[in-house]
Amino acid sequence: MKRITGNFLAALALALTVVVFAHAALSITGAGATFPYPIYSKWFDAYKKKNPAIEINYQSIGSGGGIRQVTEGTVDFGASDGPMNDEQLKAFQDKHGFGVLHFPTVLGADVPTYNIPGVTAALNFTPEALAGIFLGKITKWNDPAIVAANKGVSLPGNDIVVVHRSEGSGTTYIWTDYLSKVSEEWKTKVGKGASVNWPVGLGGKGNEGVTGQIKNAPNSIGYVELIYAVSNNIPYGNVKNSSGVFVKADLASVSAAAAAGAKTMPDDFRVSITDPPGKSAYPIASFTWLLIPEKISDSAKRDAIKGFVSWMLKDGQNYVEQLSYAKLPKEVVAKEEKALAKVQ
Amino acid sequence: MAATTTVPSASPISGSRSFLNRLRDGDEIARMITFLFAVSVVLVTVLLIFELWQGSVLPRHKFGLHFFVTQVWDPVAEQFGALPFIYGTLVTASVALLIAVPLGIGAAIFLAELAPARLSDTLEFFIDLLAAVPSVIYGLLGVFIVVPLMRDYAQPALKNTLGFLPLFSGPMYGIGFLTAGIVLAIMVIPYIISVSREVLMSVPRDQREAALGLGSTRWESTWKVVVPFARPGIMGSIFLALARALGETMAVTMVIGNTPTISASLFSPGYSIAAIIANEFTEATGDVHLQALIELGLVLFLLTFLLNGVARLLIVLTAQRGSGTAHA
Repeated sequence: MKRITGNFLAALALALTVVVFAHAALSITGAGATFPYPIYSKWFDAYKKKNPAIEINYQSIGSGGGIRQVTEGTVDFGASDGPMNDEQLKAFQDKHGFGVLHFPTVLGADVPTYNIPGVTAALNFTPEALAGIFLGKITKWNDPAIVAANKGVSLPGNDIVVVHRSEGSGTTYIWTDYLSKVSEEWKTKVGKGASVNWPVGLGGKGNEGVTGQIKNAPNSIGYVELIYAVSNNIPYGNVKNSSGVFVKADLASVSAAAAAGAKTMPDDFRVSITDPPGKSAYPIASFTWLLIPEKISDSAKRDAIKGFVSWMLKDGQNYVEQLSYAKLPKEVVAKEEKALAKVQ
Repeated sequence: MAATTTVPSASPISGSRSFLNRLRDGDEIARMITFLFAVSVVLVTVLLIFELWQGSVLPRHKFGLHFFVTQVWDPVAEQFGALPFIYGTLVTASVALLIAVPLGIGAAIFLAELAPARLSDTLEFFIDLLAAVPSVIYGLLGVFIVVPLMRDYAQPALKNTLGFLPLFSGPMYGIGFLTAGIVLAIMVIPYIISVSREVLMSVPRDQREAALGLGSTRWESTWKVVVPFARPGIMGSIFLALARALGETMAVTMVIGNTPTISASLFSPGYSIAAIIANEFTEATGDVHLQALIELGLVLFLLTFLLNGVARLLIVLTAQRGSGTAHA
C-alpha cells in the first residue's frame, strides 16, 4: 500500500513538472481564415524559432468562425478574409466594452479559370462579361461580350457551365465584392458575402473542388485563388481593370492594386481594394486581416501578440512572396505599426 | 420488442434484505450502472433536440413554417428556406435505396443460403472492409470515376432511351441527384449485405429442413420460408442504410453539385441538408444564417426520426402479415 502511494506521489510530481514546463512557454491561440493559413503557419513556425517561449496556435476554421470566436473571447485573436461589418463591430463592443482592430497581413487575389475545348489562349474578360456570365445572362461562349474582348480566338457556341465555391469562403467574398462593384444588377440581386444565393451554376467544394469540376465539365468557368492556380499550374484569364487594361494576375499586379488601396486606406484598415484605380492594378484582389482586441488584460500575452505583429510587418513580409502572396505596401506597414500602439 | 424487455425488478415482498444480497452479488450494481448508460442515450437525444431548438430561435420566429416551403437560400438578404435541401436529401436517399436494396438483399441471400461457406466468409470479410471505408474516399471515387462515367456514358444512354421521362432530361453535367444517389448506394450496400446475411444465417435449420421435407426446392425454401422469417431483420438493415444515406455529408457534397434546386430531372444538380450544413457552417457570419443552418440540423433530425418511426411501423406490420412464426 505504502509503495503504491509512493509511486503515485512520484507520478503526480512528474505530472506537475510536465504541467509547469508546458506553462513556461506562453501559448497564444488564434482562429479564422483558411486562405492565409499557409503563410500564417509559416510565420508562427518561424517566429517560434526566434522566440521559443512563445507558441502561437492557429486553427483555420474559416473567417466566420474567426469573427465569432474572437467576439466570444475564446481565442486571443481572430483572422478574416473579409473585414468585420459595423454590426459585428458593435456586437464586439457591446460584449467587451472595447473594440477590435483590423491588421492587414498579406494580399491575395481571385482569378477566372475555364475549360473550353480547343481554346488554349488566355482569354480576356471584361467586368460586364464576368458579371453577365455569373448572373446567367451570358449563356454561350460566343456571346458578343466575350468575343469582342478576344479577337482572333475562335469561341464555340456551347452553353457556359458556371462553377462556384459551394462552401462559404473568403475567395467567394472577394469575387462577389468585385462583381458588386462592377455590376449594379449583381449588387441588388445577389450582393457580396462568403456565401451568396448564386443565380446559376454548380458548387464545388474548395479550390480543388472548383478546379475538379472545371476539368470535368467542358465549356465551364469558375474562380479560384491566385496562389492555388499558380501552385497547381492552372491556366487563368486576364481581367479588364478600371483603366481599361486587361491585366494578368501576378504578384506585381496584385501589389499595384494594394498600392492603390494604400492611398485610400482608412484608419481602421477596413478597405476593399477590388476594382482599384491604376493602369497595372489587378482588379480582383483583397487584403486579409488579423482581428486583435483593443484591450488585452494579460500583459504577457499582449506583449507577445504585439511582438509578433511588429515582426510580421517587418521580417515576416520576407516569407510572403515564396508562397505567392503579395507583400503589404510600405505605407500600410507604417500605418499598421502606428495602430499597433492602440492595443493595450 | 423493446417494450417487452423487462429488468428483473425487486418485488415488494422480497424487501430490503434481498436488495442487499443482490447488491453484494453485484447484480444490483450492474443493473444500476447499465441503467445509467441506457438513460444517457435518451438524455443525449433530448439534449440534442433541446440544443437544436434553442439554437434556431431567430429563423423559427422569422420564417415560422414558411421555412419548410420556401425555396430561397440567400445568406446576403438573410432569406432562408429548407425545401430544396429536404427534397435533395429525400431524392438522393430514395435513389440510393432503390439501387441498394435489391442488390444488397440479393447478395445477402446468395452469401447466406447458396454460396459455399468458405466463399461466403471470404466475401463477408471484404464487405466489412467496404463498410469501414471513410466516406471521403467514396466521394473521391465519385468525383474521379462515377462522375465522368455518368456524364460520358450513363446519362447519354438514359437520355436516348428514357429521355421522354422528365426524370432523365436536361443538361448532363455528370454530377447531380442521380450520381449522388449512386455513390450513396455504393456506400450503403455493404451495410445491407452484412446485416441481412447475419439475419438470414440465424434462421433456424428446422425451418429450412421442414420446407425441404415438404417437397419444396432449395430456392422455394429460401424465398418462401427463410426470407420471410428474416424479414424484420432485413428491414432493419434497410433502415440502417436509409439513416446512413440521409445523413451522409462528405461523399454527397462532392458529387451533388451543391445548388439548391428542385427539379424533376435526376440529372439536375441539387443540395442535401447535411451537405449545406457542412459547407456553410464555418463561414456563416450572420446570426440568422448560422441559426438557419442549425434549424436545418433540426429538420434533418426530425426527418430521420419520422422515417425511423415509419420504419418501426413497417416492421411491425410486415412481421404480423408475413410470418406469425417470426416471433415464436
